[in-house]
Amino acid sequence: MTGQVCVVVETLRGEVTELTYTMLAAGRRLADALHTKLAALLIGHPCAKLAETLGAADRVFCVDHADLAEFNPEAYLRVVAAVFEKQMPRVAMFGHTAMGTDIACGVAQRLKLPLAVSCRTFSADGAEPQYSALICGGKIIAEGPLPAPHCLVTVMSGGYKADEGRVRKTPPLETLPVPARLDAVRTRFKQYIEPPAGDVDIAKQPILVSVGRGIQNKDNIAMAEALAKAMGGVVSGSRPVIDQGWLPTTRLVGKSGKQVKPKLYLALGISGAPEHAEGMRDAEFIVAINRDEKAPIYGFAHVGAAVDVLELVPALTEKVKAR
Amino acid sequence: MDSVVLIKFVPDLVEDLEIDPQSGLLDRSFLRLMPNELDDHALEEALLLKERYGGTVTVITVDTGDVDEALYTAVAKGADRVVKVTGEGFDQGVTDRELASIFHEVLRGMPCELILTGTQAVDDLDGFVGAMLAERMGLPYVGYVTKVESQDGTVIVRKEYPGGLTAEIEVATPAVLGIQAAEKPPRYVVTSKVMEAMKSGSIDEVEAPDVSVEDGVTVSRMSVPETGARAEMIKGSVQDVAAALARLLRDRGVIA
Amino acid sequence: MSTASSYEFLDKVIKATPDGAYIRKCLQCGTCSGICPYGFAMDHPPRSLIAALRADDWHGVLESDTIWLCVSCFACASVCPVRIPLTRGLLATLKTEMLVGGSIPQELQTALGNSRRYGNALGESPRKRADWTKDCPVPVPVLANHKEPVDVLWFVGDYGSYHPRVQLVSRAMARVLHALGVSFGILGPEENSDGDTQAFAGEWGLFELLARKNIKAMTKYAFDEIITTDPHAYNAMKHEYPRLGFDRPVRHHTQFLLDRIESLKGLFRNPLPMRVTYHDPCYLGRANENNIYEEPRQLLQAIPGVELVEMSHNRALSICCGGGGGGMWLDGFSWEKAHARTTEWRVKEAIAAGAQVLAVACSYETPRFEDAVKSTGNEGKLVVKDVVELLAEAMFE
Repeated sequence: MTGQVCVVVETLRGEVTELTYTMLAAGRRLADALHTKLAALLIGHPCAKLAETLGAADRVFCVDHADLAEFNPEAYLRVVAAVFEKQMPRVAMFGHTAMGTDIACGVAQRLKLPLAVSCRTFSADGAEPQYSALICGGKIIAEGPLPAPHCLVTVMSGGYKADEGRVRKTPPLETLPVPARLDAVRTRFKQYIEPPAGDVDIAKQPILVSVGRGIQNKDNIAMAEALAKAMGGVVSGSRPVIDQGWLPTTRLVGKSGKQVKPKLYLALGISGAPEHAEGMRDAEFIVAINRDEKAPIYGFAHVGAAVDVLELVPALTEKVKAR
Repeated sequence: MDSVVLIKFVPDLVEDLEIDPQSGLLDRSFLRLMPNELDDHALEEALLLKERYGGTVTVITVDTGDVDEALYTAVAKGADRVVKVTGEGFDQGVTDRELASIFHEVLRGMPCELILTGTQAVDDLDGFVGAMLAERMGLPYVGYVTKVESQDGTVIVRKEYPGGLTAEIEVATPAVLGIQAAEKPPRYVVTSKVMEAMKSGSIDEVEAPDVSVEDGVTVSRMSVPETGARAEMIKGSVQDVAAALARLLRDRGVIA
Repeated sequence: MSTASSYEFLDKVIKATPDGAYIRKCLQCGTCSGICPYGFAMDHPPRSLIAALRADDWHGVLESDTIWLCVSCFACASVCPVRIPLTRGLLATLKTEMLVGGSIPQELQTALGNSRRYGNALGESPRKRADWTKDCPVPVPVLANHKEPVDVLWFVGDYGSYHPRVQLVSRAMARVLHALGVSFGILGPEENSDGDTQAFAGEWGLFELLARKNIKAMTKYAFDEIITTDPHAYNAMKHEYPRLGFDRPVRHHTQFLLDRIESLKGLFRNPLPMRVTYHDPCYLGRANENNIYEEPRQLLQAIPGVELVEMSHNRALSICCGGGGGGMWLDGFSWEKAHARTTEWRVKEAIAAGAQVLAVACSYETPRFEDAVKSTGNEGKLVVKDVVELLAEAMFE
């Protein structure tokens, strides 16, 4: 993989993460633009099954060992650093996640390589390939060259479609020997803890389908829940909905509830009064559905539509489900 | 359980961020700086560990200007020692890599079991301070930690993954932890206590060591994303809107 | 040092105000608890709190968090037969103890933290404190740029500066002052929260910090008097700022405008044929016996067409909007505990009195009562306006 673009694959509980496909999409385009190949570095156990959807890569390098079945920051860091030391890619991509960032920084420091975090997109029009990162809570775009001869990046979602990087085909696999001593690792994975069966923490959800007075009554909450489920999110609400008892207080967004910064905040029938706005205006992408074109929420939502909430929700659920 | 908490100051996003037309980078004259929110959580976790297991808490920050209040607040909350690293040009900003190098040198004389810092900060560009520091020090690192428990010679941390899943991970100490959230929200300390700390407490000053930092990434320009003043309205029937929204969300990678 | 016993605490209460020792005379009559708007939901409403302290149940008192339901409305203090300074002495001091002990609802912590860092409870950029003037149809001089003495320094306050609804009140006030030819200026970005509500939430240290910043700014400029649209600022500057070395005449905007009632009458253009009821703000009326009750009413009655009606709880018996004592930043908490809102109670009273308009005179009240109009399903039946907004409506297009 020397001189190539390499995606460090992320897996969680036996599945390749969505972000990995985004990275493969990014990596494919960058590799093509640089006239080089796209490699994937897969660490896990067993690797063969995990490689089945990595067809976007030209070759997958596997490091397969029982001790590497679950993510272990120290062990994975040692493996990646050891692999790269022998065959250093032009650009190595890590996910901007609890897994990717744990190891990217350590690898960058160990191999004394430049690292750019929070990257969204890359380009290679001119002489040097460039990165574009979104920092400071989404308020600043930072751009610069991807330094030669080698550099690392962490990649956030949103710049490329995951579908573009998801190819159900096992590419050529090359097994690498476990290059590092794993017994001297001082970190040990013990167990996963399932999220509690009780209510969710809306502040940790990437997608919130939020309902306001416009949902009109408790029975309509179910349709919002169906939409949320289809999108992979949960339902939250503004104060009037919670006050009526249609949703528990754990779902309240706003001054008296939770501050949330999800990737998507879908505001259904919410006017956007300051007390609510305070809880959600930093969301990455805000979609507002409110019949009142003058509703304050349109002042800070990114996209909106002045249609009937009760009609839109089932229609949108259908479109979301139809892949 | 002696611990060290590393704090860095970052732009306060309440203020508008402006780009300096000359340098093409963030205009620092307009910036208001504040302690990184996750570093506040790291301090809270350290204080909770002190309450549970005893030991001391030392807080260290690099003097980017106006850091004293935050340090005295840490004292009022229960920190045993607070240290300010002074040096030329820090008010112009310090990269994560530089911070990792500086902290590495400063920590040479401070043995401790745990080093805690916020797992990331809003202005991170060339890495995460804690993770790079750990590597420089040859210590194990776990990031996105939301809980720490001590056991002889090791700690058991709760690490957070996307989607609410967490895992228990055992790490031998000394270790560096990147804190995502303390077990409790950072405590409030009454203003009168902070005033008291300002009168009776003291801040240790250490001169910044000479550090060598390898080349990091360069930023050739910064810009502010274009945002319309109001939402882009989708027109059409309910079906049109539903289709357009679904397409939009797929394009953005928000839904599959 | 944290307080360890009831006696230590009572000592602090006694020292908190000049007549603090009156607490020893408590008859346990229960009038305070009876009139308290949230007494029904408290573990220790005032009478019971004093009883607990006398029984040395300090830990029992500290274990409860219902003190945060107290909205520092002064109702208890105003009816106490032996004149114990309950609000300022007992309740505010207990809140301080709770803060020192680390017991504070998260919502309140955010507001206090914002006040510390940004000089306003809303967490807005201090640089933008005068941005509301940009949309204003008349010029609003900011003293730092104005460079000339003015007759009046208008202290706008946090909500008047930053909250979209209350900015409309500020705009109306600016237009009225301009039409009257008053020479005035505002502090703009140099202004900080008056600190009054933060003080009554237990944070006297924070109050002093904010007050000193305001005093430092105000002493730079030449003016004859201070007027404010915010009764909390009025209360703080009248009663607390003097002990910090700043003692200048301060009046509420309704008092100032009443002085000019003849000029105002000459400027009324549009009659307002409506039944209006006036809500007495706690900090204009009961608090510290400020007793400003008639001036706002006289202003309203001067507007042609206005018919003034009274709610059953008026003047000294007025029911608090729930914003004081930190209440402005504890709505989630108080709903959880009490499942009742004083604002809703008040809105129902206004409607029962036959009012079409609920007139107010405090920056907290316009958003709070408008919210209650919605949550009680009375949209379209009752409108909430500050007194100065009604004056403006009568004067301008």
